[in-house]
Amino acid sequence: MRKILIIGATSAIAQAAARRFAADGDALFLVARDPEKLQAVVNDLKARGAARVEGFEMDANDFDRHGLVLHEAEEILGGLDVVLIAHGTLPDQKACEASFEKTEAELRTNFLSVVSLATLVANEFETKKAGTIAVITSVAGDRGRPSNYVYGAAKGATSIFLSGLRARLSKSGAAVVDIRPGFVDTPMTAAVPKNPLFASSETVGRGIYKAILKKKDIVYLPWFWRWIMAVVKMIPECLFKKSNL
Amino acid sequence: MSEAWESWGRYPKARQKAYRLSWISEKVPFESFDSVLPYGQGRSYGDSCLNDGGTLLATSGLDHLIALDTAQGVLRCEAGATFDDLLKVIVPKGWFLPVSPGTRFVSVGGAIANDIHGKNHHRAGTFGRHVRRFELLRSSGERLLCSPNENADLFAATIGGLGLTGLMTWVEFSLKEIPGPQIDVETVPMTGLEDFFRLSEESDRDFEYTVAWFDGLSGPEGFRGLFYRGNHASPPDKVKLPALRLGIAVPFSLPAGLLNVLTLKAFNRFYYDWNAHKPARQLTDYAPFFYPLDSVAHWNRIYGRRGFFQYQCVVPKGEPGKRPIAAVLEEVARSGQGSFLAVLKIFGDLASPGLLSFPRPGVTLAMDFPNRGQKTLDLLERLDGLVRPAGGSVYPAKDARMSALSFQTYFPRWREFAKQIDPKFSSSFWRRVTA
Repeated sequence: MRKILIIGATSAIAQAAARRFAADGDALFLVARDPEKLQAVVNDLKARGAARVEGFEMDANDFDRHGLVLHEAEEILGGLDVVLIAHGTLPDQKACEASFEKTEAELRTNFLSVVSLATLVANEFETKKAGTIAVITSVAGDRGRPSNYVYGAAKGATSIFLSGLRARLSKSGAAVVDIRPGFVDTPMTAAVPKNPLFASSETVGRGIYKAILKKKDIVYLPWFWRWIMAVVKMIPECLFKKSNL
Repeated sequence: MSEAWESWGRYPKARQKAYRLSWISEKVPFESFDSVLPYGQGRSYGDSCLNDGGTLLATSGLDHLIALDTAQGVLRCEAGATFDDLLKVIVPKGWFLPVSPGTRFVSVGGAIANDIHGKNHHRAGTFGRHVRRFELLRSSGERLLCSPNENADLFAATIGGLGLTGLMTWVEFSLKEIPGPQIDVETVPMTGLEDFFRLSEESDRDFEYTVAWFDGLSGPEGFRGLFYRGNHASPPDKVKLPALRLGIAVPFSLPAGLLNVLTLKAFNRFYYDWNAHKPARQLTDYAPFFYPLDSVAHWNRIYGRRGFFQYQCVVPKGEPGKRPIAAVLEEVARSGQGSFLAVLKIFGDLASPGLLSFPRPGVTLAMDFPNRGQKTLDLLERLDGLVRPAGGSVYPAKDARMSALSFQTYFPRWREFAKQIDPKFSSSFWRRVTA
């Protein structure tokens, strides 16, 4: 039985991954903002076979409570094997362009809050020489695109942070998993026009589950995004800057 | 993932917007819609899951389980949860769906809205008989608990109510205890209608599940078919987990011309020979027994872009020599239209609580018809001309073309039902059959 903490547990992708762990009979500590949604997910995972499920209300931007949430999770589950950081927002790029305050708020949510949580968890895992930190970033972090570079910057910065953290923790045996989904059909992307590259949250959730079990370093989900992004990254900047991606 | 809000028969085409639901606690902005209809998995064949010119409330995100009581066998879940998802959770715990249709890719809400039936109708009746209660969200914002004792009128109208009485948010129903995931099946070759009636009578006593597949192109006398009868089996020494993986898929629409009498006959020949060589009695996992077509994802695409009709009727059994179903089969055979997907089953006399429920005592026939335009519509109208005077009915979940006269003849309580419809809710089907 694994002991798993999930931040942003009501996100569609996190739920899909959590259902896999629940079916295995793992114990889960779920953190989310909305109490009604949180309760729905707690009930769901219990019915699906989780050994234990506890919910905890918190806004990830409430940095002062990050220490508390970690402590509570360890206390209640009796330790922690996996921490999945899955919260995030999809910023309104145009609004961010018009307002630094808006951009700053998005960077807090999608980058700094992850750094705060990962720092606390990393120190614990480094001391006990075990544990897996998994963070949902994005293919958008691989290159800045005009249509969503604020989101891309937050996710890209997170990936670089995780890369360094992984190298540091590898000496102690703790793992850092950087999960980079492509387009996923979820409520977060409800307003985005769909194309054939969109994957279901079930597909991505299954990929996250496997990546955590195998302690992968970096995974693209679905797999083909590794190759799409390899090509996107090779495009010379003098051409890329003329694109409208 | 493309957003295709179409029905399983891919006919008719409809233009509509969709509003996707993710949480039953969320407020649905009914005031911003003219007309809404819940849409689950789109497994209704015709237009009962379409709302041309209006909005669909897509429920696939309402898939949370709420409580599973493994002692009493009661499950409460959100109405968008699919049977496929539920089976993965309940079968390993020794429980099964009380009633199961021919596909596991339907939502619980859809199962209730169409009051689905299965191979155990002679024993268990429809799915609606096993529903204990549900919450109905009306466009006024009211959330009503409906059960046989509370809001009983709405309870009865919603079972088989084609999604028109409001949005079911969650549902509670009874499960069926099983000794294991396998089915003990006997396959009996049959020839002609009287053979089918004889086998049904003999089998419905001792077998929980019965159904017959047959060659629908040969008329009532000489057709060849296979009669399947099964019971839940006690687990053998080694419990094998059910195979749930999909096998093959039809990735794109085939040209309609590929499906003609010759290919159908070849298919039927193959299907018959293949199965006739199987042992007469075998243990099988539940999935291939209940959901044989689920192993071919998107099998509806074999009918091409024009789509297809399914015609499912029920008529009284009648007497040998004067069977109403024989006249229907003769008409189909004469037309040369029709398909390999012909199914016969005897419905029992257990009444459903649903006001518009389709099953009634008698024999039910289900057949696919590739859409060949007016020629096909004319044939199906002729079939209605046989079913109406026989006191039969046609299944709205599979219909895309029945006339208002037919519907109102088949469902005499439709006016009583109409009083329970939510004023914001409508469907292409409902507008058509009440026009």
